Amino acid sequence: MSLWEYANPKKFMATSGAVLPWFAVAAGLATLGGMIWGFFATPPDYKQGATVKIIFIHVPSAMMAINIWAMMLVASLIWVVRRHHVSALAAKAAAPVGLAMTLIALFTGATWGQPMWGTWWEWDPRLTSFLILFLFYLGYMALWAAIDSPDTAADLTAVLCLVGSVFAVLSRYAVNFWNQGLHQGASLSLDKEENVSDVYAYPLWLCMAGFFLLFVVLLLMRTRTEIRLRRIKALEARARMTDA
Amino acid sequence: MIALLVRDLRLAMRAGGGFGLALAFFLIVVVLVPFALGPQPERLQDISTGVLWLGALLACLLSLDRIFALDYEDGSLEALATAPIPLEGVAAVKALAHWLTTGLPLTLAAPVLGLFLHLPAEGYLWLTLSLALGTPALSAIGAFGAALTVGLKRGGLLLSLIVLPLYVPTLIFGAEAARRGAEGFAVQTPLLLLAGLTAATLALLPFAAAAAIRINLR
Amino acid sequence: MTALLEAKGLTVERGGVPVLEGVSLTVEPGRVLVLRGPNGIGKTSLLRVLAGLAPPLAGEVDCPGGTAYAAHADGLKPTLTVAENLAFWADLHGQPVGDAPERMNLAGLIDRQAASLSAGQKRRLGLARLLVTGRALWLLDEPTVSLDTASVALFAGVITAHVEAGGAAVIATHIALGLEDRSEVLELGGYKARPATHAPGGFDEAFQ
Repeated sequence: MSLWEYANPKKFMATSGAVLPWFAVAAGLATLGGMIWGFFATPPDYKQGATVKIIFIHVPSAMMAINIWAMMLVASLIWVVRRHHVSALAAKAAAPVGLAMTLIALFTGATWGQPMWGTWWEWDPRLTSFLILFLFYLGYMALWAAIDSPDTAADLTAVLCLVGSVFAVLSRYAVNFWNQGLHQGASLSLDKEENVSDVYAYPLWLCMAGFFLLFVVLLLMRTRTEIRLRRIKALEARARMTDA
Repeated sequence: MIALLVRDLRLAMRAGGGFGLALAFFLIVVVLVPFALGPQPERLQDISTGVLWLGALLACLLSLDRIFALDYEDGSLEALATAPIPLEGVAAVKALAHWLTTGLPLTLAAPVLGLFLHLPAEGYLWLTLSLALGTPALSAIGAFGAALTVGLKRGGLLLSLIVLPLYVPTLIFGAEAARRGAEGFAVQTPLLLLAGLTAATLALLPFAAAAAIRINLR
Repeated sequence: MTALLEAKGLTVERGGVPVLEGVSLTVEPGRVLVLRGPNGIGKTSLLRVLAGLAPPLAGEVDCPGGTAYAAHADGLKPTLTVAENLAFWADLHGQPVGDAPERMNLAGLIDRQAASLSAGQKRRLGLARLLVTGRALWLLDEPTVSLDTASVALFAGVITAHVEAGGAAVIATHIALGLEDRSEVLELGGYKARPATHAPGGFDEAFQ
């Protein structure tokens, strides 16, 4: 019994089908609970007023936008090294979720920036980096969509993901070099004094857990759909061979 | 390897449009900028290095899809893949040929076009130097993008979508070096970062490009 | 005598679907292996695996000396002359051009641009490219397409000379080349992959 058994489509379908409802319930509870707690049970900030509550969507989506790309990188590496098809399909399935998270982070950032900084958009390094990340997601998904042969698409997108990751990190440093920004530092870290206070931190942790679980649910559902599509192709191919 | 370089350069010459097209595009972009922004010399001077860098980058993008596409269509790429030279070398030579026919002419044309935009006198050296250091990276990254999309029938637009985000660091360091040079500031830091980026790109991306070609030839 | 090509238990795919399975073959110097089978059986896919362009789903290929592979597109540049085209491939393989143009009856066309050649002349130039690679093993996919009778005879003569000099060839073709005394025929119909053969990734079993 090893972890790699779940890379077999059959095993993956059985296991993911069994755990999916539980994850869905947990994701719903954590996301809704965290947001209700955050929106209605926390006081307005003494400086930022009620707009601070955008943090409960902004920070989790921004965190997931980056982590989903990291997950795609790991999944691509597993595909390249071990040739597990489910891994390649999981990377494909994750991309639109990551794209959506990036969009949410950009949108909530703009609505937060307007009252705080007086502008919808600022070429701040963090904002700029997310815009670049958005373009990376677009290119990755467009390459998947453009290639007919599934294995070729999996291989080429994996190469793009590896190279793109390196350039995404380079872009982050280049953008920092190019413009120092307005954006505040990390909202949550273990050793910083400028962290948000506990009254915001606890619901924020819950929202982050909720967004993470939401991603797991969407990832499992989308991967299952991709596996079904591949099965349809495999069955069609078999039918053609039987006819021929 | 040298045979491949010579052949590619010869093909670029015979095809006619090879050199000319990118240069003409560069010229047109630079000419259009004052129409869009107004003819005031101070305003044009402010943005001159940025416009020249961006124009060169876009002109470079135009010819990327031809790096591998013709060789893919006529079977040369298959024959190269079974020839006794590594495909990584093929990718590197192809990127070099692209630079010699595109990046180098653009670099040499940029100071001339700088006249139209009132580029400050101190800027000429740094603009040319930053383009000379940066355009090889543009060709190498472009060759990688071309290798990824070589099997696609309409890969041109997709190629731009994939390559342009990868151009961000090169553009930032290159344009920053040229801007600082034109404004009389120290240019060492961005220029060194640009040189490092180009060196790393030239060393590593031919491997990624060769991997992509192998996948596309299957 | 060592074999120029040895393949064992190959399973060959096309578009992610296995088309041939259990193909084993050996090609000795001085021999020609003719691949036969209806359209779509997987001749091209098999040749690409033998050339090392595509990996087999199963089995292994041992080809110590490398191959010269010629498919429908012959790797020629229309704006280069016949001489320049041949010189490039010869140079790339570290070989002299030698008498390749004469042997493919191209000597009179040597300074013509490849674009101005007829379809049959281009095909002969494509085959001349094989001569200048200096490779012993040729993999040819329908090499006689667009050749007239005289050119087919010329081509058969070139193959004969090549194998007599210790070379070998694997040829996917429908027509008789008149090389029966030194050739084997491999009927691929017998190796057709069964529908039950595993699809890559096991997706067809995912729900059973």
